Amino acid sequence: MRPFTTLTGRVVTIPVDNIDTDQIIPARFLKTTSKAGLGDNLFADWRYAPDGTPRPEFPLNRPSAKGAPFLLVGDNFGCGSSREHAPWALMDFGFRAVISTSFADIFRNNALKNGLLPVVVDAATHQQLLSLAAEDAGLSLVVDLASQTLTLPDGRQATFPIDGFSKTCLLEGIDQLGYLLKQEPAIAAYERTHPPRVDTRIGLVQRQGV
Amino acid sequence: MPQALTIIEKIWNDHVVFEEANSPAVLYIDLHLVHEVTSPQAFQGLRERGLKVRRPYQTVATVDHSIPTTPPEESIQDALAAQQIAQLEANCREFDVPLHGVRDATRGIVHVIGPELGLTQPGMTIVCGDSHTSTHGAFGALAFGIGTSEVEHVLATQCLLQRRPKTCLVRIDGRLQPGVTAKDIILALIAQIGAGGGTGYVFEYAGSAIRALSMEERMTVCNMSIEGGARAGLIAPDDTTFEFLAGRPCVPQGAAWEAALQRWRQLPSDPEASYDRVVTLDADQLEPMITYGTNPAMGIPITAPIPDPDALADVNQRQALRKALDYMGLAPGRPLLGHPVDVVFVGSCTNGRLSDLRQAAALLKGRKVKPGVRMLVVPGSQTIKRQAEAEGLDRIFRAAGAEWRESGCSMCIAMNGDQLQPGQYAVSTSNRNFEGRQGPGGRTFLASPLTAAAAAVNGVISDPRSLEIKE
Repeated sequence: MRPFTTLTGRVVTIPVDNIDTDQIIPARFLKTTSKAGLGDNLFADWRYAPDGTPRPEFPLNRPSAKGAPFLLVGDNFGCGSSREHAPWALMDFGFRAVISTSFADIFRNNALKNGLLPVVVDAATHQQLLSLAAEDAGLSLVVDLASQTLTLPDGRQATFPIDGFSKTCLLEGIDQLGYLLKQEPAIAAYERTHPPRVDTRIGLVQRQGV
Repeated sequence: MPQALTIIEKIWNDHVVFEEANSPAVLYIDLHLVHEVTSPQAFQGLRERGLKVRRPYQTVATVDHSIPTTPPEESIQDALAAQQIAQLEANCREFDVPLHGVRDATRGIVHVIGPELGLTQPGMTIVCGDSHTSTHGAFGALAFGIGTSEVEHVLATQCLLQRRPKTCLVRIDGRLQPGVTAKDIILALIAQIGAGGGTGYVFEYAGSAIRALSMEERMTVCNMSIEGGARAGLIAPDDTTFEFLAGRPCVPQGAAWEAALQRWRQLPSDPEASYDRVVTLDADQLEPMITYGTNPAMGIPITAPIPDPDALADVNQRQALRKALDYMGLAPGRPLLGHPVDVVFVGSCTNGRLSDLRQAAALLKGRKVKPGVRMLVVPGSQTIKRQAEAEGLDRIFRAAGAEWRESGCSMCIAMNGDQLQPGQYAVSTSNRNFEGRQGPGGRTFLASPLTAAAAAVNGVISDPRSLEIKE
């Protein structure tokens, strides 16, 4: 996993609440068996007209979006489907952190496992960021994970929460599967005292028809 | 006296493998359900690391999301979908995972076949790379959706890194009026708490209205927990649960069944258990519900007017409502009743089970789908399809002019060719009315199978209570 330490850069704003993962990456693009290339279809139905031409007014299509590492969005970002294609698409486009007042549970988990930092700020800070971004398309922020701070150009700072485990994993680029694999002795011990509750092979007997 | 625990805490405690300070718990997973869309990258991850599936026989796969609902002898036209399905077949062969494949009689939507086969059992932890895994909570299991990285984690270790969830008691007392269903309960709850209202929580549904529900109805309620932001929602098991499970292929038999019953009867929350939050809903007061907007929380009683953005104090909510009504092409203050519909979809892991099809058929019997309206009926599994045909439901649907199709997720997610055309309106028994969910530019009203069938007959949004059901 790509580590996240400190990042400075521009912010793209989509000030909409309850952005669901079907908007982030519509289902018709989930027929892929790889993680690559999803950024082209990030927010596809908002970003492109039905004939495929980019809508110039959509924030991702503005010149200032190119190379911007931060996405500023409304409340409850990433609700709906569990598709990890959502953080894959965001990162493939170039985003490294998403800033909101809250994130849906599954999206937040998926983001953290890919090195995409969910930055939760309070409503006042959020409103301030939205105003500043509306005034200045080139607004640049600094997000520092170690100190859990977001810094505005004028030096004002906001802190954001993150659990210690996820923070360490992100700072060091540690893959969480590595941690789980190291628990093998504990998992084996659990399995010795907890026999499987089901055998999924049994269901196959019915496969040929009833 | 031991500490009083909720069912959520009992299941959690029973599955913690390892926990150290400042880290999430290592939680053991009893059953892992796999489908074609969210698993390919996970199997590829195993391959790249040289790992095996740790517990292939606690894992089960099926194809549901991108499978066509046209007759099974027809080949899959969409090359990408065909390739994704072929990849799942290859992955299951390579990693020895049991697969209910394209031509199998047991194939169906992953959340329908788990309960059908008796794989879903009380007290289990169940995961799937699909947010509607909450469905299995109806059996008193802790069941939740995960991402593809986590699918890989479970394949490799049978465990997940998880933080203890907060608990929320959703108490629903009273009796449903005729024409009001489980779908209306959950749509009313989500409208009350909001699309993110349950974030961070696991719901336990309780109360007399929940106890009175069949297992199929309980699955409808638990299924849409995620639409209120809760990753999981469950219902303590009772005799209704045990009667449903008895004799199913994958449940314990004989003495083992008796032992399992003993265990399962210990699961319900202790009377003194406390929750982080309590939400209540009065079943007596519920009407048939329908959504008017672009997330499942934008729902109203079917007789109510479309909400007016100008009546909202919060500026963000006002903007969100305006955006939604603009997408839906609806005017505030007007009734939804009488609004024309183009398509009616009965199916999905929310409402594609036999009792759902029976309800829709009961209303359609002796009636016709309004000319110009397309109605698709898609059973939740091939088993349900056969059961429905044995009862003659397929003949009722066909005689009414509806399409009777093969099983799958179909128009709920519109990955398989079943989809709306831009601008079309659908009344759908599925779970999401997000922009474009049922096809780019398509507009979705979520409702119960009864409300969907009523719309099909009249060609406009209709109160199902206005149509007599002929026995």
